[in-house]
Amino acid sequence: MALSQGRLGKYNPEKPTENRITDIGPRHFWSNFPPVIQQNYGKWAYHDILEPGILVHVSETGDKVFTVRCGGSRLMSAENIREICDIADKYCDGYVRFTTRNNIEFMVTSYEKVQELKKDLLSRKYISGSYKFPIGGTGAGVTNIVHTQGYIHCHTPATDASSMVKAVMDELMDYFTGMTLPAHVRISMACCLNMCGAVHCSDIALLGIHRKPPIVDDNIDSICEIPLAIAACPVGAISPAKTEDGRKSVKIKEERCMFCGNCYTMCPALPLADKEGDGVTILAGGKISNRISEPKFSKVVVPWLPNNFPRFPEVVDAVKKIIEAYASDARKYERIGDWAERIGWEKFFEKCDLPFTEHLIDDYRLAYDTYRTSTQFKFTGKAWEVSRAAGGIDD
Amino acid sequence: MEFKPKRPQKDLKYDELRIYSDAELHNYTDEELKNLKLKHDIPKLDELEKGPWPSFVADAKQEALHRKKLPDDRVMIPKDVVDDMLGQLELSFDDGETHWKHGGIVGVFGYGGGVIGRYSDVPEKFPSVAQFHTLRVNQPASKFYKTDFLRALADLWEYRGSGMFNMHGSTGDIILLGTSTEQLEPIFYDLTHELDQDLGGSGSNLRTPSCCIGKARCEFACIDTQDLCYEMTTHYQDELHRPAFPYKFKIKIDGCPNGCVASIARSDMSLIGTWRDDIRIDQEAVRAYMAGDIQPNAGAHSGREWGKFDIQKEVIDLCPTGCMAMEDGRLKINNSECNRCMHCINVMPRALRPGVDTGVSVLFGAKAPILEGAQMAVLTVPFMKVEPPYDNLKELIEKIWDWWMEEGKNRERLGELIQRKGLPKFLEVIGVPAAPQMVRHPRTNPYIFWKEEDVPGGWKRDIKDYRQRHKR
Repeated sequence: MALSQGRLGKYNPEKPTENRITDIGPRHFWSNFPPVIQQNYGKWAYHDILEPGILVHVSETGDKVFTVRCGGSRLMSAENIREICDIADKYCDGYVRFTTRNNIEFMVTSYEKVQELKKDLLSRKYISGSYKFPIGGTGAGVTNIVHTQGYIHCHTPATDASSMVKAVMDELMDYFTGMTLPAHVRISMACCLNMCGAVHCSDIALLGIHRKPPIVDDNIDSICEIPLAIAACPVGAISPAKTEDGRKSVKIKEERCMFCGNCYTMCPALPLADKEGDGVTILAGGKISNRISEPKFSKVVVPWLPNNFPRFPEVVDAVKKIIEAYASDARKYERIGDWAERIGWEKFFEKCDLPFTEHLIDDYRLAYDTYRTSTQFKFTGKAWEVSRAAGGIDD
Repeated sequence: MEFKPKRPQKDLKYDELRIYSDAELHNYTDEELKNLKLKHDIPKLDELEKGPWPSFVADAKQEALHRKKLPDDRVMIPKDVVDDMLGQLELSFDDGETHWKHGGIVGVFGYGGGVIGRYSDVPEKFPSVAQFHTLRVNQPASKFYKTDFLRALADLWEYRGSGMFNMHGSTGDIILLGTSTEQLEPIFYDLTHELDQDLGGSGSNLRTPSCCIGKARCEFACIDTQDLCYEMTTHYQDELHRPAFPYKFKIKIDGCPNGCVASIARSDMSLIGTWRDDIRIDQEAVRAYMAGDIQPNAGAHSGREWGKFDIQKEVIDLCPTGCMAMEDGRLKINNSECNRCMHCINVMPRALRPGVDTGVSVLFGAKAPILEGAQMAVLTVPFMKVEPPYDNLKELIEKIWDWWMEEGKNRERLGELIQRKGLPKFLEVIGVPAAPQMVRHPRTNPYIFWKEEDVPGGWKRDIKDYRQRHKR
């Protein structure tokens, strides 16, 4: 038993199906559980958050397991994983886990070990200064940003993922290492509106969007299944057409296209990425849990901000505005969406100091359900603007 | 108790599997890292080394240097692959556009998915990422690892790929980021033969199921999330590896309604642990919370002064159904009115616990916006017992797959098919009666379909009969 070496290792391309093992699935979880987890499986009585990033779970048997949670960059090297393994070998008998938000959790069975581990983790920094294993991400704070591939690996993004996440987390570090908010704030990021991940259901969501229709490549007939491209459009903006020399193609009703990019997903001859056009939309108020209120979709609150690489200052600024307004105004246990719905979205925009534009008014199919069909509203500056424009008031 | 794999599993020892010697693993100094000169200038990316959050750029540079210092024959794809990955990313920042070509169809024999092909559209500038394919590796349930496995995987991937990972992909897989077409089969061979480990899913198939931490380390867990996840994954290996569906299908398993793996938003079939008996109350502990001896919500809000814990304000008044009260110094819950939102349990985990008669609620149809708009999953089976071998769940899922595979249009998610055909049709398919639990409220329009057999006299009528009673 050893990993193979040489160009093709033990794989024989002459006999591809010989010795092929398939359908074995993942490795089984049980042997990956540390002994204290195995012994107390299903017997946990309660937990406490001792300090930001540090949890203790207490079993009915009296056993305790302490967890130290660290931020991870998700995109990580073999070198990084080896360092995680070094730490896990030194303090955790060779066990480690990752969370559903891509944080890293080290588990130990004594509080003394927590202290040693904590000291060690915080002492580890990259040569250029950033923490390798910042401790936090628990309780009522901001934890890791669930994100996507961006320009690192994907062909349909309208922005980059890893860089935006780094830029935002740098500015929100105090919320990662603290628990000072009314409830936890989940931030997520997707580089196009396929929304791989959690953008449609997060407290704050950052989303890459386009603003220009696709360009039709004249070889479309040879590289695309044209009916698939036509069927890919949610708004019916694509129809079959012929080029001047009689080849099959498509035409795009530009005024009907809202730049979703799904036709490009289906057809390589319809690229739409564009330096000036592409940018970032911000959504807010989504949640997954059923706690108090039902799960909610996030709502668009900033229609577009520029892709200002590498640090996205406009995006960072808008995220901070939302979090700071929420932190100062919301009640204990209120998620951002709960808060916005209680005070009314008109107040959300006022308190977060975000402009409201026509882009934020839904106009897709079931849009009517999102309009206000009541006289229950609060007066904000925006209401007076309307009154002035309509001739309702003079001042 | 103990859970066992379906077939014997290899016990892995890194020292028996490893590729690199200790000297090769520790082949650079801090000084060299400080003075590292990459193949390309990356001024914008260099900016991202600043600030406190772990810098993926600083990390990638470590990998770039480590590779650079390995002998040529100790890596099977170009040594400067990370240099070119960063170089192309920098160019993408300059151009404000991605530099990956559209699509890419590569894989391993026997499977129709698991590998995402990717090619650079500027291969002359960045030849080492000309082919830069991703492999999805099926993660162990809840992502607990032994370091022997991770170290061996790191060696394998550094030797045959870029050495860059995503830990983890959003669906749950370990992502091996960047290798050549030639290396796919050798990687798969070693994954399966040496690491006893399979690929995950991609394409129009069952994607890799995932679950929350469950009973491994959570007192709220109502079900064995890992066991259920492992069983669904291994039982449906064919559906996972060989695309046979109209589109993708995801299963996620949450141990309770807190939704730590977000199944309700991110899976076509969402299994959420719940209970149908009473919340267990420890009145002694309730009094300890009220006295301030125990911090509410396990101390989640301790970074700010929120005042003394007030059970009326923080629990009873926030209960969404108003089913709680303090009576004679004892906390009362009218469990028949409780909707199991978890709030009171979350606030007072030492005093309140889920019931003991547990199972799952089954919800279907969550998806992201493309094509018809984002959907959360719809409650379909309010309560189901889930015990190994989970035959009731398998019967349910297979009924749905039969219907969706027959009726679903090309690239139509289950949630969209339910919208197109209607929830009543879906209930007919799975053989359950309609219940008010399935709707937020009954329909407001009166555009009601009736089946012909449910209407006396049927639909075949003669206009002459009608005219006998009603002159034109």
